[in-house]
Amino acid sequence: MSVIVFVDNKDGAFVKSSLEAVNYAANIASAKGVDCIAVTCGKLSNEVLELTGNYGASKVVSNNTENADNSQIAMLVSNLVESNSASIVVFSHDFSGKAVAPRVAAKLNAAIVSGVVELPNFDSGFTVKKSVFSGKAFANYKVNSEKAVLSLLPNSLDVITTDNNAEVIVDSSDLGTAKMTIKEFKKKGGEGKIDLNEAELVVSAGRGLKGPENWGMVEELASVLGAATACSRPVADIGWRPHHEHVGQTGVAISPNLYIAIGISGAIQHLAGVNRSKVIVVINKDPEAPFFKAADYGIVGDAFDVVPKLVAAAKALN
Amino acid sequence: MKILVCISKAPDTTSKIAFTDENSKFNETGVQFIVNPYDEWYALVRGLELKEQMGGTVTAIAVGGAENDPIIRKALAIGADDAIRIDAEALDAFAVAQEISNYASDKSYDLILCGKETISYNGAQVPGLIAEFMDIAFASQAIKLEINGTIATIECDVQGGTEVLEANLPMVLSAAKGMAEQRIPNMRGIMAARTKKLEVIQGSGATNNCEVVGYSLPAAKSGCKYVDPDNAEELINLLRNEAKAI
Repeated sequence: MSVIVFVDNKDGAFVKSSLEAVNYAANIASAKGVDCIAVTCGKLSNEVLELTGNYGASKVVSNNTENADNSQIAMLVSNLVESNSASIVVFSHDFSGKAVAPRVAAKLNAAIVSGVVELPNFDSGFTVKKSVFSGKAFANYKVNSEKAVLSLLPNSLDVITTDNNAEVIVDSSDLGTAKMTIKEFKKKGGEGKIDLNEAELVVSAGRGLKGPENWGMVEELASVLGAATACSRPVADIGWRPHHEHVGQTGVAISPNLYIAIGISGAIQHLAGVNRSKVIVVINKDPEAPFFKAADYGIVGDAFDVVPKLVAAAKALN
Repeated sequence: MKILVCISKAPDTTSKIAFTDENSKFNETGVQFIVNPYDEWYALVRGLELKEQMGGTVTAIAVGGAENDPIIRKALAIGADDAIRIDAEALDAFAVAQEISNYASDKSYDLILCGKETISYNGAQVPGLIAEFMDIAFASQAIKLEINGTIATIECDVQGGTEVLEANLPMVLSAAKGMAEQRIPNMRGIMAARTKKLEVIQGSGATNNCEVVGYSLPAAKSGCKYVDPDNAEELINLLRNEAKAI
């Protein structure tokens, strides 16, 4: 009856959003009085595998097939669900979760609710809350089927860890033939750059910076704070910044702990991509910029004057 | 090349998000519905580009009632050759995907293209479900697609970067930003769309495994605390000691 959770790994370590999912799955398991079993695919050391226990898994099932595609991982996860008679499977709603979770739901004839932000409620049946309209609202879903696949929106719940280790179980089952082959992995940005999807702090700028040559101070502030850099859509569309930095409704949707917006007016489409940030800071010389309505802290001032001061203050803090 | 593009309607990106009937229904009053941008700008346009390069057909497909016809006509105006509407009440992505794969299973499509998610439900579920129902490859969150014979080369967004993948056709792909550029339909396209074939077929009675029972809005921000630009350093202090964000 265990709760099963898929944990993604990269370069020999677990992906942060996946560990949040383990914690979420463990909380569901403990509410239902059952075990939480993590499952992963790829070559990992025992020390790394045992870490899933810190997040609440009692066991971790590891299949060392390398470069498995989403159909093979879906087979691994659903076989485990069947053999444990599990009724709930958890993923992170990150890149790997989006690729594998729907396949698992199809295999199991399970309900799938993705982007969940709270623990399910079992008081009368099974309901769970998820983010909809790009973070502008929540929907409460009622699960009507016997099995359910839930994927957790990254950075939406606090994680509590312990010193417990998970028991490692090696799964050597054959996952069949891959439907896709991986030819190449291209790392985003340069060395030492923080990935926007994983970043806890994000410094973002828009057209108010007047030109791509002025991004030096934005990158410096990001670097001092240990933040990722992002930008608004117009800036990506005119080629000042790469497309993968565009946050907003049709770009990347993020939910960092801190989002600093410099020279971005705050169009509704931009807000949709960032409004799940825990703290929002807006720096804009126009006091009427709509972004101030969504901000926790604001500075009405010229970015070229304000940002260097913030860089100096942040440096002093370090 | 036989291409199927799955489209869904979504409220325009500037729509006010509000609910009616004791927060159980989305308030459609005054809301303009559009083709979900990921379906239109990336999936449909890339499908049309491939057709222009290699020949073939592009069929648009949507699941739902007649209220979907205007957005289906929009897809035809942009360049789809014909369209299918499966008349069914699908309450969840599972049912939508089941209807589409039941329809497509004996039609020999080489490529099934979808947007990476809708801007209304942000589910990212339909393409992966279709791929599993049809037991074919699925490229999730793809930003590039090239076809050479029966082999597709795809670049997908993944954790920390992108991955270049190869798959044999047929396959399902969910398209993200970078795949193509938005096309604005011209007058000729709009006129032609009126007479293109939009076939309505009955749904196959797919399963709804879950449904929305209520909506809520996020708690309003308590208001913005302003820091004097002459004393901008104070912001760093507040972020450290008050917000505890850095």
